Amino acid sequence: MIVVLVEVTPTGEVVETSREAMTFARDLAAAGGGVPIDAVVVGHPDDALVGTLASYGARRVHALTGAAYDSFSGAAWAAGLMAVRERAGAVVVTAAGTSRGNEVLAHVAARSALPMAANVVSFSSLSPFTVTRQVVGGAALEEMSLSQRPAIFTLAGHAVEAAPAATAGAGELVVETPDVADADLLARVISTEEPEPDLSGNLKSARVVVGAGRGAGSAEGFDDLLELAELLDASLGVSRVVTSLGWRPHHEQVGQTGSRISPDLYIPCGISGAIQHWAGCSSAKTILAINTDPDAPMVTKATHAVIGDLHEIIPAVNAEIRRRRA
Amino acid sequence: MTNPLVCVKRVVDATSEVVLTEDAQGVDGRYAGFTTSAHEECAVELAVRIAADGGAATVVTLGDDDAVEQLRAALAVGCAAATHVVADPQAFGPADVAREIAAVVRDHEAAGTPHELVLLGNDAADTGDFQVGIRLAYELGWPVVNGVSTVSVADGEVTATGSGPDGHETFRLPLPAVVTVLEGGVEPRYPSVPGRMKAKKAPIEERRPTADPVGPSRVRLVLPPPSPSTVQVLGEGPASAPAVVDLFEQLGVLAR
Ligand SMILES: Cc1cc2nc3c(=O)[nH]c(=O)nc-3n(C[C@H](O)[C@H](O)[C@H](O)COP(=O)(O)OP(=O)(O)OC[C@H]3O[C@@H](n4cnc5c(N)ncnc54)[C@H](O)[C@@H]3O)c2cc1C
Ligand SMILES: Nc1ncnc2c1ncn2[C@@H]1O[C@H](COP(=O)(O)O)[C@@H](O)[C@H]1O
Repeated sequence: MIVVLVEVTPTGEVVETSREAMTFARDLAAAGGGVPIDAVVVGHPDDALVGTLASYGARRVHALTGAAYDSFSGAAWAAGLMAVRERAGAVVVTAAGTSRGNEVLAHVAARSALPMAANVVSFSSLSPFTVTRQVVGGAALEEMSLSQRPAIFTLAGHAVEAAPAATAGAGELVVETPDVADADLLARVISTEEPEPDLSGNLKSARVVVGAGRGAGSAEGFDDLLELAELLDASLGVSRVVTSLGWRPHHEQVGQTGSRISPDLYIPCGISGAIQHWAGCSSAKTILAINTDPDAPMVTKATHAVIGDLHEIIPAVNAEIRRRRA
Repeated sequence: MTNPLVCVKRVVDATSEVVLTEDAQGVDGRYAGFTTSAHEECAVELAVRIAADGGAATVVTLGDDDAVEQLRAALAVGCAAATHVVADPQAFGPADVAREIAAVVRDHEAAGTPHELVLLGNDAADTGDFQVGIRLAYELGWPVVNGVSTVSVADGEVTATGSGPDGHETFRLPLPAVVTVLEGGVEPRYPSVPGRMKAKKAPIEERRPTADPVGPSRVRLVLPPPSPSTVQVLGEGPASAPAVVDLFEQLGVLAR
C-alpha cells in the first residue's frame, strides 16, 4: 500500500501539488502491480473532498481528527501518518514537496530511522527502488536508492501533471483519532494571521503574464512592470526570491512551490530561470525573456529575448504601447 | 542570556556553471566557488541577534579543511566561537550530520557551555535534503520548528514566525529547541573591518566525527541534458521596444 499525505486549502479543496502526488502514487502503484493507495488528510473532509480523492484513486481517505489536529504541528501530523502507515503496513509514504510535505515526511523519516528523498521528479526502478530528485537548486539531479521499507519521499511540485484515475477508488472515509504525545505538540502553531486573499486563480487563467524576479531590485521596483501588466491586461507573476524578500505576496509566485501558469505569452523580467521557476512556466506558448545576462537559462530557454536592464526596457515598451494606441 | 548554536555548510555557488566530480558523487566547486546559503546567513544573523542579550553565538560546520572559510565568515559578523567537525561532507548523509551536531551540543553542555537553541537552514543549497534540523531534534529529544523567518527568545521561550499555507504563523515553545530558518525575515549584516580582523585570529575548535558515517543514499549525480536554444533575440536595451511591441501585435495581445 502507498500512503499519500494530502493537503487541503482553507476552502476545503485538495491542493494541486497533492493531486500531483496522488497521480504519481498511481503510476508507482501500477508499476508495482496495482498496490492500493490511501490518502491521509487532516481535519474532517466533506463529501466533495472525499469524492475528489476517490477520483484520484484513493481506496480509503483517513482523516486525522482530535484536539491535536486543531493547529499545525509537524510531529503530530507525522504521528498520525505513521499510525495509518503502520496499521496498513504501507511500503511507501509520500507527499507533495511543499513546506508542510517536506517537514512532515522528514519527521516520519527521523522517527522511523529511515532515509527520505526530498523533491523527487521521477522513479527509474522498483527493485531497488530508485528515484531521481533535484539537488543544487535544480542545477543537478541525484539518483537515490530507497531500498528500505517504507520508502519515504516527497514529489517536487509540478513534476507531473495532476490527472484523475481512469477508474476511481472506493474512497472509504476512515476517521482517525490518533494518540498524540504532549511532546509532539510543543512546537505547534499558536496563531495564524489572516492570509492575504489568494488571487492566484487570476494568475493561473491569465492569457498574458508579466514576470518579475530579483532583477526588479526592490519592492519599489515594480511600478513599470505593473504598468505593463495593466496595458496588456495581464497578471503579474514573480519568482520565489521576490516573495521570500517580501516584495510581493506569495499568491503571485510562479514555480514548483507556487502556481503553474500556461499563458499565451509570458514575459519574465529579471528572472534567471531556475528549474524550480521553469516548472511553473514551461507550458507558456511564447516566452519573451528580458534579462541583462544573455546566458541566463531563462533567456536560452525562451522563444524571444531582449538583453538589457528591465528598468530601461520596460518604460520604453510602455511608452511605445501608449504611442501606438494614441 | 542565550547561547545559540548555528549550523552552516560550505556549498558550491550554484549561480555559476555546475560541473560534477569525476565519480559523480558531488559537485566540483573548483570552477564555481563556494559560499554559505542565504537561509544559513539569515540563521547566523538571527543567532547573533539572539545572543546580544549577553550570551554568545557559536557556529558549527561539518566539512573539509576549506570549510573554515564559512566559519570565519560567521565569526566576522558576530559569532563568538566556532566548531569545525573535520570530515568529507559528501560521505556524510543527513542522519550522520544530525548525529555529529548532536554530539557537539552534548559535548559543549558537558564542558559547561550549553546551547539552549540550535538554528539551521531549512534546506542545504547543495544536497537539499530538507531534514538535518528535524533529525537533530529527534537526536536531542527537543522540539523543532521548521521553515520560519523570524526567531526571538524571551523568558526561556522561543517565538518564531513564518509564512504557512494558511497565512502567517506564529510558534512559541519552551527552550531548548531546534529551529530551521528560511531567508527573508532578517537582513544579514556585512562584516565590519574589526569583525574581519577578529575572525582571522579567533581560535576554532577542531574535532573528528564521533562515528563512521552511514552515508547518503546517493547512487550518483547527473546533470540535466542541455536543451538547444532556439531563442530569437529581438534586440538590446530600450531601442528594442518597437520590436517588442511588434511581437505583442503579432500575438494579438495588444488589442483591447
Ligand atoms: C525546493 C525549492 C523550491 C523552489 N520553488 C520555487 C518556485 O516555486 N518559484 C521560483 O521562482 N523559485 C523557486 N525556487 C528558487 C529557485 O531555485 C531560484 O532561486 C529562484 O527562482 C531565483 O529567482 P530569480 O530568478 O528572481 O533570482 P536570481 O536567480 O537571482 O536571478 C536574477 C536574474 O535577474 C537578472 N537581472 C538582474 N538585474 C537585472 C536588471 N536590472 N534587468 C534585467 N535583468 C536583471 C540576472 O541576470 C538574473 O538572471 C525554489 C527553490 C527550491 C530549492
Ligand atoms: N555539513 C553540515 N555542516 C553543518 N550544518 C549542516 C551540514 N549539512 C546540513 N547542515 C544544516 O542543516 C540544514 C539543512 O540541511 P539539509 O537537511 O541537508 O537540507 C542546512 O541548511 C544547514 O544549516
